[in-house]
Amino acid sequence: MSLWEYANPKKFMQTSQVLLPYFAVLAAVCLVIGLVWGFFFTTDDYRQGATVKIIYLHVPAAMMAINAWVMMLITSLVWLVRRHHVSALAAKAAAPIGLVMTLIALITGAVWGQPMWGTWWVWDPRLTSFLILFLFYLGYIALWEAVENPDTAADLTSILCLVGSVFALLSRYAVNFWNQGLHQGASLSLDEETNVHNEYYLPLLFCIAGFVLLFVALVLLRTRTEIRSRRIQAIMARERLG
Amino acid sequence: MKSLKKTRRIQVILVAVVALALSTALIGYAMRDGINFFRSPSQVVETPPVESEVFRLGGLVEEGSIERGQGEVIRFRVTDGGATVDVVYKGVLPDLFSEGQGMIGTGTYMNGVFEATEILAKHDETYMPKEVVDALKEQGVYQEPE
Repeated sequence: MSLWEYANPKKFMQTSQVLLPYFAVLAAVCLVIGLVWGFFFTTDDYRQGATVKIIYLHVPAAMMAINAWVMMLITSLVWLVRRHHVSALAAKAAAPIGLVMTLIALITGAVWGQPMWGTWWVWDPRLTSFLILFLFYLGYIALWEAVENPDTAADLTSILCLVGSVFALLSRYAVNFWNQGLHQGASLSLDEETNVHNEYYLPLLFCIAGFVLLFVALVLLRTRTEIRSRRIQAIMARERLG
Repeated sequence: MKSLKKTRRIQVILVAVVALALSTALIGYAMRDGINFFRSPSQVVETPPVESEVFRLGGLVEEGSIERGQGEVIRFRVTDGGATVDVVYKGVLPDLFSEGQGMIGTGTYMNGVFEATEILAKHDETYMPKEVVDALKEQGVYQEPE
């Protein structure tokens, strides 16, 4: 048994078919628990009031926007090194999901920033690198569409993904490098003392788990679609020849 | 990439990663003042900007320094522990603006006074329910976060 067995499209289709419903149901359960708990059964923050509730969408979406890019980076590198098509297709499938997560984080962040900071948008290092990450997602998706040959497209997008990782990582760690920005540091911490209060932490954990599971479910689903569309293209090409 | 052998592909990727990390670090280091969103009071006092320069000043609003003047004019002092700068501002302040809390203002530095045209509140990473803060205050163990 080896992990690379799942790079075989047939094996991948079999396994993902079994796993997909579990991920989808678990994602729905976690999201419903986390969001209902967070929105309706937590008290207001001592300074932010009810605006604190945006945390349940903003933090998981921002985390997944960055994690999705890291996942695309890993699968792209696997493609470049080992030439597994499923790996390249998984990266392609993840991009639109990551794009939506980035958009959610940008919008919820602006909605939170207006009453709290007093502005929708500022050119703070963290915010700026996150916007660049959003543009990288757009460029990545566009590049896949722009190149005719699927293998060349996978090569080129993999290299774009490698470059974009700079901004994915910067948007996570920018606050550590340039501490004179407007965006606060991470509220979540493994250190009990500095961590966000349990009142908000526990529902937030459910939301994060829900977003992760939702992402996995959507990537599996979209990768399956990509594999099927490749198969259709192969059949059509064969028919044209025959 | 396909024409290359597998080990050579790995080598190319490793070189690319190193080059990318290095160039990012160099650009980040060279542009750190441009990337930093605001200047601290210490930086402003040490090297006062010319009067025409519009920049951002960030720090904590000093305890007991807010003076509300006539109309919308408000005066306060901003500190970072090392140095303090007087600020004057005319306009509406964001909800989170209060003494002991972080703020970032845009404006010019004239005759030792920072004349702000825009004030933003900086939120720290503390999240606490109102009830908990009230309870802590009652017991007298509540400390204002930095």
